Amino acid sequence: MAARSRFPAGLALDTHKQQACGTPIVELALPAQVVLALDQGTGYGAEPVVAVGAAVAMGTLVARTDHPFASALHAPLAGTVVAIETRAAAVAGGRSVCIVIAGDGSDRVDDGVTPVPDADALSPDELAQRLRAAGIAGLGGAGFPTATKLASARDRRAQTLLLNGAECEPWICCDDALMRSAADDVVLGALILRRAAGAVRCVIAIEDDKPAAIAAVTGAIGRRRDDALTLEVIPAVYPQGAERQLVTTVTGVEVPSGGLPADAGVICQNVATAAAVARWATSGEPLLSRVVTVTGSGVERPCNVRAPIGTPLAALIAASGGYRGTPLRLIAGGSMTGRALPSDEVGLTKAMNCVFVATRDDIGARLGAVELPCIRCGDCASVCPAGLLPQQLHRAALADAHDALRDLGVRDCIDCGLCDYVCPSQIPLADRFRDAKRRLDEAAATAQKAADARQRHELHMRRLQEAATAEHRAFEDVRRRVRQPGDDPTDGAD
Amino acid sequence: MSTDAVVMAVLVAAALAVTLGVALGWAASRIEPDADSLVERIDALLPQTQCGQCRYPGCRPYAAAIAAGAAEIDRCPPGGAATVRALAALLDRPPRPLDPAFGGPKPARVAWIDEERCIGCARCLPACPVDAIVGAPRQMHTVIAAQCTGCELCLPPCPVDCIELRPVPAVSLRYRQPRAA
Repeated sequence: MAARSRFPAGLALDTHKQQACGTPIVELALPAQVVLALDQGTGYGAEPVVAVGAAVAMGTLVARTDHPFASALHAPLAGTVVAIETRAAAVAGGRSVCIVIAGDGSDRVDDGVTPVPDADALSPDELAQRLRAAGIAGLGGAGFPTATKLASARDRRAQTLLLNGAECEPWICCDDALMRSAADDVVLGALILRRAAGAVRCVIAIEDDKPAAIAAVTGAIGRRRDDALTLEVIPAVYPQGAERQLVTTVTGVEVPSGGLPADAGVICQNVATAAAVARWATSGEPLLSRVVTVTGSGVERPCNVRAPIGTPLAALIAASGGYRGTPLRLIAGGSMTGRALPSDEVGLTKAMNCVFVATRDDIGARLGAVELPCIRCGDCASVCPAGLLPQQLHRAALADAHDALRDLGVRDCIDCGLCDYVCPSQIPLADRFRDAKRRLDEAAATAQKAADARQRHELHMRRLQEAATAEHRAFEDVRRRVRQPGDDPTDGAD
Repeated sequence: MSTDAVVMAVLVAAALAVTLGVALGWAASRIEPDADSLVERIDALLPQTQCGQCRYPGCRPYAAAIAAGAAEIDRCPPGGAATVRALAALLDRPPRPLDPAFGGPKPARVAWIDEERCIGCARCLPACPVDAIVGAPRQMHTVIAAQCTGCELCLPPCPVDCIELRPVPAVSLRYRQPRAA
């Protein structure tokens, strides 16, 4: 492994992880109802294949998809589909079509769920296909379908599978808990993923503030006796777990702007995704549940819960002893990149690694803060893990100067929020950049639409012109035939 | 300094001036200024609605008119102030407000055909400058919303007034947020 060259800057934050990580993972009893959003957090939805009233068993396919950015959904409990309708969901925009399944209390399992005896005999392509059918998606927070990522890694011949156990964001510790309790699953899944990606090496990267997880994974790796499977302990710096930053730390190679980690020869997968792959390989179970951190000062007993996908968040909070004090915000994700949720009736998604019930103690410092002018102190530039100049970007964003935004690399901003965090003028920089990226996308879409309209208009005009000349020619033809030389026009043509 | 040298210097300078002057004069008459590329660049800034509100039959003819100096840059309501600004910057002219004689800015809208009332006369098809209406004689017509520019040119030919403009359906231009794990 190359000498470690860390990504630029970053910051060691107060992690707040001890709150939830003290106790073992709580296995949630099957909820009475699950709400499965067709969009599981990527912005692209699957299509339902069941109708309202259909009886489903655990593991029955309820929504399928061919879209590379969407993942198939399976019933996480046995029961009946009671509704397919638009509801509040933990996705951008706050609403998605959801399949609502009421449980019947039984533990019937779908006939299709059988152990995969031949996982080692499957070709990488078949493996990827089976993982897609099992609805396995990135559990680290993006919910991106694993099979799609595997395919792009094979296309680019990535040699290294990097298993992301950094978990750098404050408050979140579900991966830590999982690695401590199921390190063998993580390692088994890693080996399957390594084969599916066509990679030769596998590196599991864990931040140095998780000694118990490091010990558990070291033990699991030792039991495997595989030279191409190694553990890398990396410093606990936010945002160490961001894909690009992690690749730089572990391999010393920077992912090119606009490129993928696979362009640097690496494919990243989350440790929880690997554990889900192992679960699939040993029991045939598609992705039906995940471990999620329920934390914040607004819950009685912060803990990690294994819960079915689609479990209403209210049930997760009840499993953590219920609300405490005056919760101010319900956030999916951690304190840095989390997104506020509209209500606790939304279902758990594959992408949701943390339910953060924040009170004024947790996030009050910035609430109601007055934004002051930029004093050009440069603190933001000194923490930016992407090596950008947030103060310059901010000027460009305020002026809506698209060329300047592009030149300054706003697309390389990973929304980590560190610039906000350190800004003494309390400028919501990350928000501004997110908005600027959206505006760039919109401008590009408008330009594309204008270019299409121009082309269609040109073709339209050419067609009208040709039709006009063709009509004219036909008219001339008729006139020539009617007035043959020598004929007396008054006789008539026939 | 001898007089010869002075005379020589003057002669050389004069000869140079004459030669270059003739060369430049010849070039100015023989090499056309690249009018097409100016029209292209102006056209690229126009919104391509092809609506004709500028009283030219489409965006490119208007661009040609601006390039030729026949039209002002304030005639494009769909482009709005942003387009006037961009044109002003390109042509190095002071920006000016839109001329209200050519209509005011409107919210983005797209045509919608009430299929209950459409009689399939096909008269709106050739009127659509971007071929965004699908239909055939005595068949139902419909608008491809994603390609409609909201130009309103399909409204006058419709004999039963079954076309109306509706707000642009919300298109989700999602930015997928990368996350630190």
